[in-house]
Amino acid sequence: MHKEFLMGNAAIARGAIAAGLNLVAGYPGTPSTEVLETTAKTNDSSIYVEWSVNEKAAMELGAGAAYSGARSMVTMKQVGLNVASDPLMSLAYIGVKGGMVILVADDPGPISSQTEQDTRHFASFSKLPCFDPSSVQEAYDMIQEAFEYSEKYHTPVLFRPTTRVCHGYASIEVKDKEEYKVNKPEGFIKDSSKWVIFPRLSYNAHIHIEERNAELSKVFSEYERNIITEAGDKSCRRGIATHGISYTYTMEALRGKSAPRVFKVSTPFPFPEQAAVKFLEGLDEVLCIEELDPIIERELTYICGKYHLPTKILGKLTHNVKTAGENTCATVAANIAEFMGWEKPAAIEAETPPALPVRPPVLCAGCPHRASFFAVKEAMKGKKSVFCGDIGCYTLGNAMPLDMVDTCLCMGAGVNITQGIGKIEPDTSCFAFVGDSTFFASAITGAVNAVYNQADMTLVVLDNSTTAMTGHQPHPGTGRTMMGEVVEKVSIQEVLKGVGVKTVETVNPLELSKAIDTVKRVSAEKGVKAIVFKSPCAVLIKGNKPAVINSEKCTSCKKCIKTLGCPGIVLRDGRVTIENSLCTGCGLCSQVCPFGAIGGGEDAE
Amino acid sequence: MQSNILICGVGGQGIVLTSKLIAATAMEHDIPVMSAETIGMAQKGGSVFSFLRLGDDIYCPMFPEKTADIIIGFEPAEAVRMLPYLKDGGQVVVNTHPIMPVTATLSGSDYTGNEMLDYLQRNVKNVVLVDGNKAIEEIGSPKVLNMVMLGAAVRNGVLPFSVDDIEDTMKKTVKPQFIELNSKALRYNG
Ligand code: SF4
Ligand code: SF4
Repeated sequence: MHKEFLMGNAAIARGAIAAGLNLVAGYPGTPSTEVLETTAKTNDSSIYVEWSVNEKAAMELGAGAAYSGARSMVTMKQVGLNVASDPLMSLAYIGVKGGMVILVADDPGPISSQTEQDTRHFASFSKLPCFDPSSVQEAYDMIQEAFEYSEKYHTPVLFRPTTRVCHGYASIEVKDKEEYKVNKPEGFIKDSSKWVIFPRLSYNAHIHIEERNAELSKVFSEYERNIITEAGDKSCRRGIATHGISYTYTMEALRGKSAPRVFKVSTPFPFPEQAAVKFLEGLDEVLCIEELDPIIERELTYICGKYHLPTKILGKLTHNVKTAGENTCATVAANIAEFMGWEKPAAIEAETPPALPVRPPVLCAGCPHRASFFAVKEAMKGKKSVFCGDIGCYTLGNAMPLDMVDTCLCMGAGVNITQGIGKIEPDTSCFAFVGDSTFFASAITGAVNAVYNQADMTLVVLDNSTTAMTGHQPHPGTGRTMMGEVVEKVSIQEVLKGVGVKTVETVNPLELSKAIDTVKRVSAEKGVKAIVFKSPCAVLIKGNKPAVINSEKCTSCKKCIKTLGCPGIVLRDGRVTIENSLCTGCGLCSQVCPFGAIGGGEDAE
Repeated sequence: MQSNILICGVGGQGIVLTSKLIAATAMEHDIPVMSAETIGMAQKGGSVFSFLRLGDDIYCPMFPEKTADIIIGFEPAEAVRMLPYLKDGGQVVVNTHPIMPVTATLSGSDYTGNEMLDYLQRNVKNVVLVDGNKAIEEIGSPKVLNMVMLGAAVRNGVLPFSVDDIEDTMKKTVKPQFIELNSKALRYNG
């Protein structure tokens, strides 16, 4: 053992490696991304690592490996599990041979997600055991245990950290290399009575799963991470039940106190019923402090009914804890103070500060998406049009002054939403914007659907040659894999032509007038047509010399600022100025300036 | 002993790196350490912070309001934004150079940073102002702002380290050709 300072996601990866991991696959998504990235970085090529095209592909890959006796892990964020839910539900019936951990990171807040869904529900829905770590150290230790349980019970298990555990850092105890487990997969052994799902098999499997989960509920009642911390003050008849990061907030709030009793639930499913009964013994009231959904609260309420216990269960359902958003040290301390009848932490008295500047996230300076959105906006000026967006950096195209994202739902949804709007509003020019990574992940089937069903729309692929939003992961169009191979790129244009899109034009959005002309020409055609805006993500390129404002020509009309909203152009003392530390010299603003006042942007040597 | 440190500023200023350097120094001295910071979409020009805790018996990296021993603010308004976290009698070290948000540029709002500095000086006893722009001009690299800020913070004696301690860790993490520049920045006292 030795100490290292690790991010939660890195600790999870390192724990999995120490547990003898053979294969990991996933799709990037905040807050889960660094788990796979760390595995790739730490890899001595004994572990197979891939970014799959989407979570469903990753789940199936992980299953195949685990059928063959490998220890496999698949990684995704909570909404990614929706995509992978089809294989998940069936895999729960089939089971695995090697240990398989499905890592799904939840995002209370939500901080960077579409929903506040709770993967603990997916655990009970799919009937799979679920582990819920509360700290970086616990995540490291627990993932190793998760592999053991998975292998022992021949079932995939869910491992569900939340953002604050994933992205928190801590100095933790980790194993030395010599202490790592080594797993040598036996290989796939044919047995169609085991690996081929049929109604008869599912019926029998269902019986078995229910028996196993009843047993696991007992086993988990003895699991050392489902801890009951007794109150020092024996007369206290109150308790707190909590989990994950909220457990640590609770313990911070109880520093120096001798009550109440605390129950930490680390395996929300199967729920450790016997441990819960022990916890509830002699208590009048219990406060459940949870993030996302009131799962522990419902379980305890059910257990009180089942065992005729008089304990009153409080939490989100009784409005004693807030129903949405993440908990913090402060909210938990306040919840506990109110529950215990303690004096509330004094409100902070301070002079009201001056109005603080708001800093919403914006597209980077020099981002090619800005040029693409602007080109379409200019081309469609005065025409009735709808712009459907999708998931990625380019969702930020919704902000002023671009204002070019009218809808955004979930990965790849924009294509067929556009189709739907067009069917009802045939006189509107309908555009779907989709990024390159999202295109591969889940927009290709949408394109086929639109072509086959005679949609009238323009599909705009924003191809910046990376998965920018989650930190620049490769995808099929980049020609690089996580094993470091250089492979043939999958061409977006060829895919589109292959599925029957007749017009597919590629243009660099930073050549503005050409881009505007292309949009005008292509969007006027009937049927499904596509424009690929190709220009690399500004963060990945070296960039040109910054733009230069010719102060004699600049009339301070501010057109550049008002139309583009690039962070590289700022107003200083009423003058339009280039922020040299940000400007990449992309040249977009110089093509917008009506007075030719912006120059510079030459190639940096 | 526990120390709660809050580093804040705007995406791209080197906040996260600063936090990592303090953590690495703590590791060198066998002091347990935890941290938490802004990651992801919000980093793009948004407010960025890092909570850092050193010492024994820490459960989580975040700490409640009124408990930070020191706030290292890389931008005046961001220091004010996080000020509720400062404990009574805590220390603020702040860069005087404001960063305009894109929204201010669009709406022509008149944020200058001075109103924030005035507010800090009115409301906090221990404030150290650092002219970050002057510093990076004199040293000759915009990349060392974080070292300038960290140096100023450490000289104040609130962190359990000396400038030498930080310098030792820095030498192990940066490329050899940048050591001198970074040392100069750490020791800059303009
Ligand atoms: S050249 Fe103009 S549009 Fe491009 S990054 Fe610089 S300021 Fe922004
Ligand atoms: S990371 Fe790349 S794609 Fe994302 S906003 Fe910045 S330049 Fe645009």
